[in-house]
Amino acid sequence: MQNIKSNKNHSAFTKKNLFITAGIILGFFVVMLLAEGSLLNRQYKSLIVPIGIYIILAVSLNLTTGFLGELSLGHAGFMAIGAYTGALITLNLNMPEVAEFIIALIVGGSIAAIFGVLIGVPVLRLKGDYLAIVTLAFNEIIRSIINFLGITGGAMGLSKIPRYTNYVWVYAMVVLTIIIIYNLVNSRHGRAISAIRDNYVAAESIGLKVSKYKVMAFVIAAFFAGIAGVLYGHNLSVLKPADFDYNKSIEILVIVVLGGMGSIRGSIIAAAILTFLPEVLRAADDFRMLLYAVVLIAMMLFNSSGIRTRLEESGKLPKLPKLTRNKAK
Amino acid sequence: MSLLEVKNLGISFGGLRAVDDVNLNIEKGQLYGLIGPNGAGKTTIFNLLTGVYRPTTGTIKLDGVDIVGKSPSEICQTGIARTFQNIRLFKKMTVLDNVKAALHNQVKYSLITSFFRTSSYYQLEKQMNEKAMEILKVFDLDGQASYLASNLPYGKQRKLEIARGLATNPKLLLLDEPAAGMNPNETAELMETIRLVRDKYNITILLIEHDMKLVTGICEKILVLNFGTELATGVPEEVLNNPEVITAYLGE
Ligand SMILES: Nc1ncnc2c1ncn2[C@@H]1O[C@H](COP(=O)(O)OP(=O)(O)O)[C@@H](O)[C@H]1O
Ligand SMILES: [Mg+2]
Repeated sequence: MQNIKSNKNHSAFTKKNLFITAGIILGFFVVMLLAEGSLLNRQYKSLIVPIGIYIILAVSLNLTTGFLGELSLGHAGFMAIGAYTGALITLNLNMPEVAEFIIALIVGGSIAAIFGVLIGVPVLRLKGDYLAIVTLAFNEIIRSIINFLGITGGAMGLSKIPRYTNYVWVYAMVVLTIIIIYNLVNSRHGRAISAIRDNYVAAESIGLKVSKYKVMAFVIAAFFAGIAGVLYGHNLSVLKPADFDYNKSIEILVIVVLGGMGSIRGSIIAAAILTFLPEVLRAADDFRMLLYAVVLIAMMLFNSSGIRTRLEESGKLPKLPKLTRNKAK
Repeated sequence: MSLLEVKNLGISFGGLRAVDDVNLNIEKGQLYGLIGPNGAGKTTIFNLLTGVYRPTTGTIKLDGVDIVGKSPSEICQTGIARTFQNIRLFKKMTVLDNVKAALHNQVKYSLITSFFRTSSYYQLEKQMNEKAMEILKVFDLDGQASYLASNLPYGKQRKLEIARGLATNPKLLLLDEPAAGMNPNETAELMETIRLVRDKYNITILLIEHDMKLVTGICEKILVLNFGTELATGVPEEVLNNPEVITAYLGE
């Protein structure tokens, strides 16, 4: 479709795309090897799907928190909406597995996104840190509603959800999430979002529609949280409202903060480590929330952009080229 | 018809009449100065012109279009860009991205193009890069394009703000104390750049400045403001010899 001239002009980009495609395929084979081979025992293999789900949650929350600069404490609420919507779809539809699951993913993400609009439009117009409070309340309200409704199974939750989630689906969704969010933050829309974060008065003065881009970032994040929820429900086969309390939202936020605000790669690495570690250090489980609280407070105090960045800046680690925009000196 | 026509402009903050009955006519291509002691209401006039505040009285017309009541982002799109007295850059973004953000409404592609990087993404980003670099070059900032804005020295941050405003393709550019904090050499250089920008981009400039050398050096007409009201308007030599103006400044 592209004409030859423009192809020539952008050969550098085409080459880069080739590398990325090769990387994605290679990554898939590595995940396949881990999931199917004999390198990992059963316990570790069972972590592959949760790690992927947390990567989607963390990268999407990073869009709201790191790139838009708004604190959201309700990401698990959007995840819950996606999880229950998706489960109700596959429990009630009678279609081939792949078709059913694709519908569940799309509708689960979209319903979460619609809730994102309903919350984002009124709240993001306000100046100040209202979003944190409102999203926290939203999370608890959603959980209470799910707890109360008949169709969601009340406190007992839903069970016998088909176990459609496997490493292939998760890998595909992780790649989709990362590509879309990475591409977004490096586009004209992403620049608008980051500009609003850095200085909304200046952003308005250069003709950016502040409310529009705030809502856009928030809704896209909600969409992917919904997708993560669908994967989550179809991995465990059971869903309970208690899975989505605000502790879950805090957990995702800790991953983002530890990985670095505005660092997509940081979110990916932190999601993997923070899902893996508690599983390995079972004994530490009781201390997890305490640990998270301490970590969050420490990071806020140091106003950090992530451990990696801190260590790099202090010269204790060699600098890596960054995946995200905050690369320059 | 003037490019900017301001009539009976006024705003009150509580009991304070910060701007009172100000009239201002700026012709296309003019380099106009707005001066006055601290607290006279100069920055407030900029905030009124750019929609940050809504005037309690008066009308503002740009190219004959009434802009009172429009949002700052709409006003930018009708053709007014500005800089801020207290620098407001996108600090965690690169110098290049600061300017590219300001090209937002000129080089456009859809959200889907952003998500999936279709071929137009590369074409239009390239176009944006070229445009942005061309503007940065005017301000001698092209060498620092990949720096974070917060890592620029102070004088260059001021220049980047002007570059960013210019990138929105304005008819009228408002500069709020562009030379503040600069040494005489930097100020002289800035004067040259401002004049050059006006000629090269064919725009009109209204600037607030305390540096009288800069004002008399480049402004073709000035308005002196005192306690929110017009004290005098005219060519710099005349106005600055006006006894009332001298008292206002000495009395400060
Ligand atoms: N948002 C505001 N609320 C209350 N008072 C304000 C506001 N903005 C400006 N003022 C007052 O208006 C007067 C003019 O301020 P300003 O326009 O900043 O002066 P300057 O001529 O130094 O730029 C000052 O007395 C200032 O305190
Ligand atoms: Mg001022």
